[in-house]
Amino acid sequence: MASIPSPIHPENLKAVNKIAELSGQNVHECMQCGTCSAVCPMVESMGFTTRMGIHYLQFGEIEPVIKAQIGEYCASCHTCVVRCPRGIDVPKVFEAVRQLVLRTNTDLIKPQEIPKDTMAEAPQIAFVSTFRKLTS
Amino acid sequence: MKLGYYPGCTLKTKAANLEKAAMASLDHLGVEYKELSRWNCCGAVFSLTDDDLIHQVAPVRNLIRAAQEDCDTIVTICSQCYNTLARANKLVRDDEEKRDTLNRFMDEEPDYAGEVEVVHYLSLLRDQVGWEKLREAVTNPLDGLKVAPFYGCTLVRPEEVAIDGVDQEILEGFIAALGAEPATFSAARECCGSYQMIAHPEEGMNRAAKVIGAANRSEADALILSCPMCEYNLGTRQGDVVAAHDGLSRVPTYYFTQLLGVALGLDSELCRLDLNGPAAQELLVDKKFIAAATV
Ligand code: SF4
Ligand code: SF4
Ligand code: SF4
Ligand code: SF4
Repeated sequence: MASIPSPIHPENLKAVNKIAELSGQNVHECMQCGTCSAVCPMVESMGFTTRMGIHYLQFGEIEPVIKAQIGEYCASCHTCVVRCPRGIDVPKVFEAVRQLVLRTNTDLIKPQEIPKDTMAEAPQIAFVSTFRKLTS
Repeated sequence: MKLGYYPGCTLKTKAANLEKAAMASLDHLGVEYKELSRWNCCGAVFSLTDDDLIHQVAPVRNLIRAAQEDCDTIVTICSQCYNTLARANKLVRDDEEKRDTLNRFMDEEPDYAGEVEVVHYLSLLRDQVGWEKLREAVTNPLDGLKVAPFYGCTLVRPEEVAIDGVDQEILEGFIAALGAEPATFSAARECCGSYQMIAHPEEGMNRAAKVIGAANRSEADALILSCPMCEYNLGTRQGDVVAAHDGLSRVPTYYFTQLLGVALGLDSELCRLDLNGPAAQELLVDKKFIAAATV
């Protein structure tokens, strides 16, 4: 039988495997139903939907997902995890994308730019979680 | 059961109004506990990356402290602490390889394999005290107060650590036991925007606006919360959120433990309503649940 060529560019295979390794999730299980985007509270802030984000990752295209800031805006609220009919832990997938950026020693926010009144007013938990999620 | 109490950093600083009434209420209800003599910040968010074990060290160390103090169960009040500790505990229990790596990394500490149970304060009230007994202990029932229960994310997701199934409605049971009326609140299990309020304030405010809008539509007199992050987004920042969005009106926010303290008739100073802003105190004075003199 003739072998079907993989639609994934060989150079991108490494990226596919990296996401799988960091997230423990197989993005190829996604059937592109869009449920995660429909329930996502942050989707309006993202450059494109979570469904599209997963679609790019299925082809190992990480750059567009980084540009769309999906990892940055995902609040890890886990609403989509409850709803995904394929059992994909979507925030783990986008956490992997976020980590790939952070691990190049890149911060996704500038702590020095947080306004002074926010610094004075916000609770410790807000800073701990912000810095845990968005600084390297 | 030997119960330990894990406070977490925010309850010892900005969120004294979450802690004080909670602990006084346990004393009042005759639930014995001991506050852990040593603990560290749990890290606030559970690490979602499979190779990132270093961020599991902080929560697991707290579980080791609890085991060392002979506690078989620890209770948290902050829902994010609950989520982080319970998920780390589950990881240690379920993943032998990671457990082994963690134990070897913390070589100077006793080995830990998930012996301690992590429970949230609301579960403790429901399962150890029970709504019936709580109702009997209420001397100052919150009659005529319609309360919107806000679970947010971390009490109910992911499922493996959820304190409640979809239909069980633990906060509604709690509100009813205090003599108040639970509102039908469509945003009860939605996200408040979390740390986005710091990282991306505009988007954070938009999210908070959706929750406050739903609270308005539920016609609740008050919104109750269990997490200092939620309180910041929905309480502290509420004035800004309402000002920036048409059609929203203000709704007083409380930690659920403050209403518990008031309903149990505890000294209202313990409830630290001064930290919630004037509207929260005024509502309780108006309803005659607390005396004006304490405002
Ligand atoms: S976990 Fe992230 S992607 Fe999923 S619904 Fe929440 S914010 Fe959206
Ligand atoms: S809900 Fe699940 S299957 Fe559907 S698009 Fe999202 S990740 Fe894919
Ligand atoms: S969840 Fe927050 S308050 Fe609780 S210990 Fe962690 S950082 Fe501190
Ligand atoms: S509602 Fe927001 S702050 Fe509260 S637990 Fe969920 S994400 Fe965190």
